Formats: sequence, structure tokens, C-alpha cells
Amino acid sequence: MIGKPIFEMLDQIFVLLQHWLVSFLPAVLRPAAGVVLGVVAIVCLYPALFALTTVLERKGLGRIQNRIGPNRVGWLGILQPVADAIKSLTKEDIVPKSADGVVHFLAPLVLVVAVFMGYAVLPMGRNMVLVDMDAGLLFFYAMSASTELSVFMAGWSSRNKYSLLGAMRAVAQMISYEVPLLMSSVAVVMIAGSLSLTKIVEAQNHYTWGLPHWYIFTPWGLAGFLMYAIAATAETNRSPFDLPEGESELVAGYHTEYSGFKFALFFLGEYLAMFSISGLGTTLFLGGWSAPIAVLGWVPSWIWFFSKVMVSIVVFIWMRGTLPRLRQDQLMNFAWKFVLPMTLLNLMVAALWRFLGGGWERWVFCSAIVALAYVGLGWAGMRQGHFGPRRYRYAE
Amino acid sequence: MSFAFYLVAGLTLAGGLAAVLLKNTVHCALALTVAFAGLALLFLQLDAQFAGFAQILVYIGAVAILIVFAILLTKGSETPKDGVFSRSWLAGLAVAAAVFAILGWAVLQSAHVLPHEMAVPQVTVLQIGNALMGRYVLPLEIVALLLTAATIGAVIVAMHEKEGRK
Amino acid sequence: MTPLTAYLLVAALLFAIGLAGALTRRNAILVLIGIELMLNSANLNLIAFWRYGPHPEALTGMMFAIFSIAVAAAEAAVGLGLVIHIHRHAHTTDLDKMNRMKG
Repeated sequence: MIGKPIFEMLDQIFVLLQHWLVSFLPAVLRPAAGVVLGVVAIVCLYPALFALTTVLERKGLGRIQNRIGPNRVGWLGILQPVADAIKSLTKEDIVPKSADGVVHFLAPLVLVVAVFMGYAVLPMGRNMVLVDMDAGLLFFYAMSASTELSVFMAGWSSRNKYSLLGAMRAVAQMISYEVPLLMSSVAVVMIAGSLSLTKIVEAQNHYTWGLPHWYIFTPWGLAGFLMYAIAATAETNRSPFDLPEGESELVAGYHTEYSGFKFALFFLGEYLAMFSISGLGTTLFLGGWSAPIAVLGWVPSWIWFFSKVMVSIVVFIWMRGTLPRLRQDQLMNFAWKFVLPMTLLNLMVAALWRFLGGGWERWVFCSAIVALAYVGLGWAGMRQGHFGPRRYRYAE
Repeated sequence: MSFAFYLVAGLTLAGGLAAVLLKNTVHCALALTVAFAGLALLFLQLDAQFAGFAQILVYIGAVAILIVFAILLTKGSETPKDGVFSRSWLAGLAVAAAVFAILGWAVLQSAHVLPHEMAVPQVTVLQIGNALMGRYVLPLEIVALLLTAATIGAVIVAMHEKEGRK
Repeated sequence: MTPLTAYLLVAALLFAIGLAGALTRRNAILVLIGIELMLNSANLNLIAFWRYGPHPEALTGMMFAIFSIAVAAAEAAVGLGLVIHIHRHAHTTDLDKMNRMKG
């Protein structure tokens, strides 16, 4: 194809840029400098994406709610993040007198550090992963499990009953949805045969009749992706699972007593967690950096990765504007009684898929099992909808 | 020994000391988390990546949070009036010091017969998976049964009793 | 001092600290914290001997440590459930006050 080498160069442009910049240094320093450059790129890029997403969210939510959203700062409000940044940097940092000073200070730091660590293993393009670890997926989940403690630290150290309630709810929710999150990705690991995210993307990078082998296009992959999306929305405390920070319920949940830059750090941490979990979702189920149809393979791989992540973010924003909030007990019931059995069944369906060989039988059989399970579990869950007076169980 | 080892070992020991010495129980739990993180880094220095990440995922992600929940459910964040150390603290300290003395003496005495630096073991997660499904499948199944029993047992022990029996 | 000796001394010190915590604190949950520290120091010993031992490719030490992590998590869950139940009954977690068998 005409110009193919140009598109290959565009595909690898960041890798080539890194090699060129690093070649100015002596050979001893080159590996470390390469890694530092990658870290600087990540630390600059994702907060910039976060700034763009805040505008997108506010305008998008505004349109869904039949209003315009911010439109004063810059053309169509696109410079709003600049105004927000100036505000949060210059606002007075109020710490309550009875708050636990050290823990109150450390909570947003722990959150942001733990969330940034997750980006180290995401393959953002061909050959564009910061650290190619053998147990990359396990590392990602370990880092995401560390964020739960920072939520608790924030809520407890504020010495405020709303913060503590919000923190307990948030931690209970994050722990309950951690298990379905992991189990839905175990099916992908089983089929791909490796915990390394680069190998998982490479296993999806093949095409049959022009259509890709992404895992979302298989019955178990579709069910797994839906379970992963539900669990990911709950892990990042987004609507419809945002009771811990619901403004109409709990003031602001666990970050009630934070103002100024620390609140901005919590906000940043939440959105960065959203990006990184969407990035992982695209890597596991949507083929990572591979193109949707074989003829479009000339478009650079990093464009595909970031487009898929932005599509996931748009779906997050859409869900926030559309769905009502779930109550805490409804949310926990949903996790343990629907999502977890579905993910366990998904594992068995994925194993069946692998061992039934090629051909059309496995499609019919696996789709039938997944559809029956969904209908069956849903019917069983809806059966006890007694709509009489509610029985209260008090905490002790 | 490298500077990184001293730093991480110092962090772990400081976290452990803080976990048993601080007055506020929640601070003790958070210091314990620091000790867990330090231990995970020590595992990573020993080229045991799977064990290190499993340590972070299980201990920091689950056990630390469990301890914190238990502290809050039993009103542990209020400091008791009579102090936090029991009346027989001196005996406990003496026993711990004696245990450390014996262990340290044993380690230093046998330093010349302990093996030295070996080649770095290249262990992949694939090998661990094969070992779990091959040689260690019986312990795996027993641990699965144990975890099921522990889950059911913990729920039953901590559950509220029925209204009539109160 | 060889690296193995250094790791073993760190593990021994951590074990002694955990033991001191389990024996001298009044709150039942802090006793459990001491027990977790002791279990972790044993894990460190296992991994250190696996790394510097004669046959690291047999993965024995790593497997033992992974099973130990799983069992410790289960034991922490049951132990904390017991502490919560006792608190509901005796309204205290102070071990110095629970010095009678009669309820």
C-alpha cells in the first residue's frame, strides 16, 4: 500500500521519539532514562485527559438533563478545567480541628499514587507498555485493591459521621465488587493463557474474514465484559453505584471535609481510576490497540486504544446521566447474588468454549448457556420483590 | 547488602513496631498496612513476584480492611482509661526478647553452613500454575475447603442472633 | 553477613515484635495484629530460604508461602468474627477484664 512505511512510523512514533531522546545520554543511563520518559509521558497525558473529561462530562450531563452546561470560559466552555484548576489551587485548605492530621493529609496522596501505579502495565499501543510484567494483571489488581484503604483513611480521619458513613459504604461496595471484577477477567486469562497484558492483546490481534478475534465477540466474552463493566462502575463509585458520594444523601461522602487542592486530588484520583479501569477493560475484552477491521490496520495502534478508552468514558457519563442510584442493600445483593454467580458460570462457559473445538456448535451451546443463566438468575432475583412495608434491621 | 534492602527492611520494622506500640487502634492498623507493604517489597527483592503481588492483594486489600472494620464495629477507636498495655507487660516483653535472642543466635551461629548466593530463579506464573494443578493440587483443594468453611463459620459467628433468643 | 542471614534476622526481629504485641496489648484485635505480623515473618523466612536454597525451581517455598497467605486470611476472618461476637456479649474487647469463665 502506498505510504505504508509512513503509517508504521506514525504507529511507533512515541517509541522512536523515546529512543531519540535517550540516545543523547551515555549508554549506562539509557534504560533508566527511557523508563523516566515513559513515566513523565503518563503523568502528563492522563491528567490532561482528565481535564478534557471534566468538560465532556459537564456538557454531556447538561445535554442529557436538557440544559447547556458550562459555556462561559473559552469557546463552548472548553477552558473550564483551567478555571477549575485555578480555583482549587487558590482555595483555603480547611482541616477540621479534631481531625487526625497525619492520616487526613496522607489519604489523597495514597489514592493518587496507587491509581497512577496501575498505568504501568497497560499496553497503550504496539510496543508501548511501560513495564512488560509477567504477572501484569495481578499487579494491576493489587494496585487497585490498595485504593480502598485510602477511602477509609479519608472517611475516618475527618471525625465526621457523614464522612465515616460514606467511607464504610464505599469500602463495602468496593470489596463486594472486587471479586466479580477479578473473576470476569480470569476467564480471559484462561483463554489467552497468560497474565501478561501484552500477550492478551496479541492473542486478540488476529482477524477472520476481516473481523477481529476480540473476546467481546464471543458469548463468554460478552457476558464477561458486561460483568466487568458493572463491577468497574461500582469499583470507581460511579453512578448508578455512587451512593457513597451521592450529593443528595451524604453531603459529599468520604471527601466532605476536604477542600482546595486535596479535594482536587480526590477528584483526579477518581477519574484516573476510571481511565485505568477502562484501559484494562479494552485490553482484556476489546482487543487493546488492535483495529476493528483488518483493512483499518494502517491507523496507528495508540489511536485505537485511546478511542476505545474514550468510548468507555462516554458510556460511563451516559450511564451517570440516565440511570437512578441504587440503594446500598440493593447494590450488595446485586453483587453477591447475581454478578458473582454469573461470573462463575462464565468461567465454565469459557472452558467449554475452549474444549468444544472450532465450528458452530460451540457458538450455539455457549450462547444458550449464558442466555439461560442470565434469564434464570434474573427471574430468581426478581421473585422476592415483596413490595409491602419495609422491615428495618438496626445496626448495633 | 544494598541500600534498598536496608531502607525497605527499616520501613517494615518501623511499621511493625508502630503497630504494637501506638495508642490509637486505627493507627496501629494503618502501621500494620505499612509493614505489609514493606514485606511485599522484600518479596519482590527476593524475585518472588507472584508472592509479592498476592501479599498486596490479600493482606493490604482484604486483611487490613477486615481489621479496620472490626475495630470500628467494636468501638476500638476509644482509648481505654487504664492504658493500652496489660498488667503483665514486662513478662510478655521478656518472653519476646528471649525468643529473638534464641533465633538470632541460631541464625548467626549457622551462618557458615547456610547456602550462599544462587542464580536468580526464573519463575513464571505459568510454572506456578502448572505446579498448583500438578504437584500441589491436593493442598489447593484442601485450602479451597478451608476457605469455604472459614467464610461460612465467620458469617455464622458474627451474625446477629434471631429475635426470639435474645 | 550474607543476604540470607540478613533476611532471616529481619524475619526473626519482626516475629519477636509480633510476639511482644500479642503478649502485652489489652485489646483483642491488637493480639490478632501481632499474630498477623508473626505469620508474615514466617512467610518472609520461607521465601528467603526458597530463593537462596538448593532447588528454587521446585517452587516449594513459594507454594508454601502462597498457601500460608491464604490460610492466614481465613484465620484472620474467623478470629475477627469471634472478637465481634464476644464484644456483643461482654461489651468490651479488653482482655484484662475477661478473666472469668462464667459469662
